[in-house]
Amino acid sequence: MSDIPWSVDESTRVLGIETSCDETAAAVVTGGTNVLSSVVNSQVDIHARYGGVVPEIASRGHLDTLNPVVAQALVEAGVDESEIGAVAATCGPGLVGSLLVGVASAKALSLVWGVPYVGVNHLESHLYAAFLEEPDLEFPLVVLLVSGGHTMLVAVHGHGRYEVMGGTLDDAAGEAFDKVARFMGLGYPGGPIIDELAMTGDPEAIKFPRAMLDRDYDFSFSGLKTAVINYLRANPDANAADVAASFQAAVVDVLIIKTRRAARAIEARAMCLAGGVAANSSLREHLLDACMADGVRGFLPSRSMCTDNAAMVASVAWYNLRQTGPTSLASGVNPGLSLG
Amino acid sequence: MSNLAITMMSRGPADTQALAGGIAQFVVGGDLILLSGELGTGKTAFSQGFGAALGVTGRITSPTFILVQTYEGRIPMHHVDAYRLENIEEAVDLGLPELLDGGGVTVVEWGERIRSTLPVDLLDIRLEYGDRDNDRRVEITPVGRSWIERVDRLKTLASSIPEAEVPPAPTEEEAKDD
Repeated sequence: MSDIPWSVDESTRVLGIETSCDETAAAVVTGGTNVLSSVVNSQVDIHARYGGVVPEIASRGHLDTLNPVVAQALVEAGVDESEIGAVAATCGPGLVGSLLVGVASAKALSLVWGVPYVGVNHLESHLYAAFLEEPDLEFPLVVLLVSGGHTMLVAVHGHGRYEVMGGTLDDAAGEAFDKVARFMGLGYPGGPIIDELAMTGDPEAIKFPRAMLDRDYDFSFSGLKTAVINYLRANPDANAADVAASFQAAVVDVLIIKTRRAARAIEARAMCLAGGVAANSSLREHLLDACMADGVRGFLPSRSMCTDNAAMVASVAWYNLRQTGPTSLASGVNPGLSLG
Repeated sequence: MSNLAITMMSRGPADTQALAGGIAQFVVGGDLILLSGELGTGKTAFSQGFGAALGVTGRITSPTFILVQTYEGRIPMHHVDAYRLENIEEAVDLGLPELLDGGGVTVVEWGERIRSTLPVDLLDIRLEYGDRDNDRRVEITPVGRSWIERVDRLKTLASSIPEAEVPPAPTEEEAKDD
């Protein structure tokens, strides 16, 4: 309710909840950057046999694990529930059933504890992974957000001031990793598996297409996926490591070229990675090389900040609470929420 | 599957989109189209051509992650992806019957996975790899009365495709004519 009294300052402890996809996560963060605890309970093992996230299983999993995960986040933070100043949850984009579990829990806690509720955009929380670990980053900066469901280049001009410069026209980068890995019979999730296999392969063995280099900041990975499948159908005995390395090189090349182009266009002070694909070792290495060559700062989130977590949810919530106040308890979830 | 099945060759994404754009000219609210076929056979390309011809102006991207995405066009288009669904209960939880009742046209990628949960009135489109890299064998089967009544239009359309160019999105006038 809007009549819940609230205030926010550097000492305000925000409980963040994240259930938009695979991970059930809860965290306590003060002042937007000081992480007191961050607990992540992944459902990846359950999903591995299915080759992807299965929504109904995901939402049931969240139901089972959310309360224990929240309790553990409070214990690890060393705080009592009466010391929590706000409760935040991811309200979109994501799987509707999974989002509902986190949002309903956060609203219930908000009512019971008499503290404000803040609904958080999942994409915005990925952008804030950078500020959590590097609060001194100077604006403007360019963030390449790459995950299983998203591929976008975002110009960040200030807190809460975003401009989506480009995105994918078909498949997300992480989706391409997952689908190529599935076609190759490698398992799920595809990103880490291909990353590891690629280390022993030759990235120049096969010339896969680099799509859309002429379009400013947009991406297309569907044609690359089909090119890999065509190659494997024509060359069933191909060296899997070479295929993985060559496919990964095609993805990384395009991502880096466009990120540099975007950074130059807005005279960015830094180039940042975010999202699950930001854990890819080749992408990280090439981004740092590009930063060095272009004379701008680079920021690579730690691997635990690339994947979904609740610390970044609590961080965004603190900034948003300061700027725009609490979210109405009457607001729901939005599976198709976009940025900006 | 039946003698109503129409078979054609698509020589690449432009042909697949031309077929989709042609079908979009005679769909009505409540119609259901199932797209089946391996990774990379052009299901999302079909959906993009279909949506463009319906007058959707935004980007139509793969719905694999989001599962259901609705676009505004001449009539609303619900773009569904069953790739990540592995059992029938999950499909029921997606609420497809409610979507179909809502007046839009629904396109389901990886539709064969949830076929048993869907109404019997639908257009079944199967895409398979052909001989050359970009070739796709397309089998179009009208199922149920409303689609069987449109079989002649589907045949005419399919026979026109190999030479077809990608049709531009219809103007408002053209869309109203249908």
